[in-house]
Amino acid sequence: MNLEQQDFYTQAILSMAALVGLTSFLMLGQGRLLRLIFVFALQGLLLTQTTALAAYSLDSHHLYISALLTLVLKVLFIPWMLRRQVLMLNLHRDVEALKNNTFVMLGGAALMVFSYYVLHPIVQTSSAVMLNALAVSLSVVLLGMLLMISHRQAIAHVVGFMSIENGLFFAAIVATRGMPMVVELGIAFDVLVAAVLFGIFFFHISTSIDSLDVDRMNRLHEVDR
Amino acid sequence: MNWFVAVIQTTLFVALAPLLSGWLKWCKCQLQNRKAPSLLQPYRDLLKLIRKQPVVAEHASWLFIYTPYIVFSAMVLAASVVPLIAVDLPTSASADVIVLVGFFAFARFFLALAALDIGTAFGGMGASREMTISSLAEPAMLMAVFTLTMTASTTNLSLAIEHVLYEGLVLRPSFVFAMFALMLVAIAETGRIPVDNPTTHLELTMIHEAMILEYSGRHLALIEWASQLKLALYGVLIANIFAPWGIARELTLPALGYGLLAIAGKLAVLAVCLAISETLVAKMRLFRVQEYLSFAYLLGLLGMLSHIILEAAR
Repeated sequence: MNLEQQDFYTQAILSMAALVGLTSFLMLGQGRLLRLIFVFALQGLLLTQTTALAAYSLDSHHLYISALLTLVLKVLFIPWMLRRQVLMLNLHRDVEALKNNTFVMLGGAALMVFSYYVLHPIVQTSSAVMLNALAVSLSVVLLGMLLMISHRQAIAHVVGFMSIENGLFFAAIVATRGMPMVVELGIAFDVLVAAVLFGIFFFHISTSIDSLDVDRMNRLHEVDR
Repeated sequence: MNWFVAVIQTTLFVALAPLLSGWLKWCKCQLQNRKAPSLLQPYRDLLKLIRKQPVVAEHASWLFIYTPYIVFSAMVLAASVVPLIAVDLPTSASADVIVLVGFFAFARFFLALAALDIGTAFGGMGASREMTISSLAEPAMLMAVFTLTMTASTTNLSLAIEHVLYEGLVLRPSFVFAMFALMLVAIAETGRIPVDNPTTHLELTMIHEAMILEYSGRHLALIEWASQLKLALYGVLIANIFAPWGIARELTLPALGYGLLAIAGKLAVLAVCLAISETLVAKMRLFRVQEYLSFAYLLGLLGMLSHIILEAAR
């Protein structure tokens, strides 16, 4: 089935999927925390648009609520909170020297190919849109994990974690036409609680060991050797 | 008639390229709170340079003297291949997009040779930097271009644009990636700000300027004009491949006029975008250029992948 024979909704969803994948790559290559948080908010905005688009074209009104939730939580509240923490802990001036950035990016591309390869058997049982959306959301999840592996700052790890959640959310919106409202509210609340907890942990970690660099946490031991 | 329009189009291309850089400079000046020179200033500069007698170093070989002409004519040939206001012209039927990349490479090759020819330190430095950048930029550009050619299943630029035009508004994920990749490559190849600064003569940052430092008079005018033409070429490529609407499909006077207006509008908008990005973004270190270009390559690769996986017929 060619792309030009699909309806406009499908094309729009596919383009959104591509853009969400792109923001994941942008996050992967980002060395500055404030910009990382900005790109994360951008990904949230794309998710909001996708949800609103799905709600409009599938005519399911409860998706508008989850679009609103996404907007408030992932575009405004969590980025605002992370940004405030970065500014308060005075991390915004650090540039994280990513070790061999190019390799990480090409590794990300390989992960994307891998997720398409893994999901390719599904094509027999589902539509093309669903396959693509699932593949992109799987690769967003994997890229979020790669982000957590390759960065050293704890805040970057949190952003990676949140972007994993974004990938799952995208899959839920596109492939299954949205989750039931109860599940969605539960997840949104969980994410909120996670963000707050992370914030508290950041303060404790940075007051006790004076850094949020996870490489330095490796050297922590119960007993001095 | 067809050949006549093709000649007119190429002439327009060559004649209006300095205007585009004048407009770009005007936008930048406005954004940076400086007093802008007139839009015609690039023409005046070119005219001034053409009137002056070129000074050639004692040890320069024929290569140094002929290079400006070779570079300029390669750019004019490239301009004749790219559809500006009309598709389906005889010149664009004779050469495809790989030849276009070849023209750019040809011009760059001679420019680097001429820079080495005179034997100054700056020339060699500029040539080696330019070659480093272009060896990374070219695969990225080809990747972006192949995404287009696979969609249209032709490497002929004119036919590909016609194909995009014929399909109407189709949202293609692969084109988003390819467009970003081509934009990044265009910025690197035309020596704009994050990669190279076209207005500086600082030894740490020069790339393009270091190569042409020894040129003067009409030689310099030709090289400057060629680089303005290159900027216009990349602008037209981006505008006409990814938003080809308005380009003339039949050779009547109203259609051609409309095509001219459309491309002028698109280029003006693109130049404003470039001016804004040049104002916001700082020049990056030379050793980070490879990261930048590998990102462009990655985008091209993703464009190709998403074409194969998302869009190809099953």
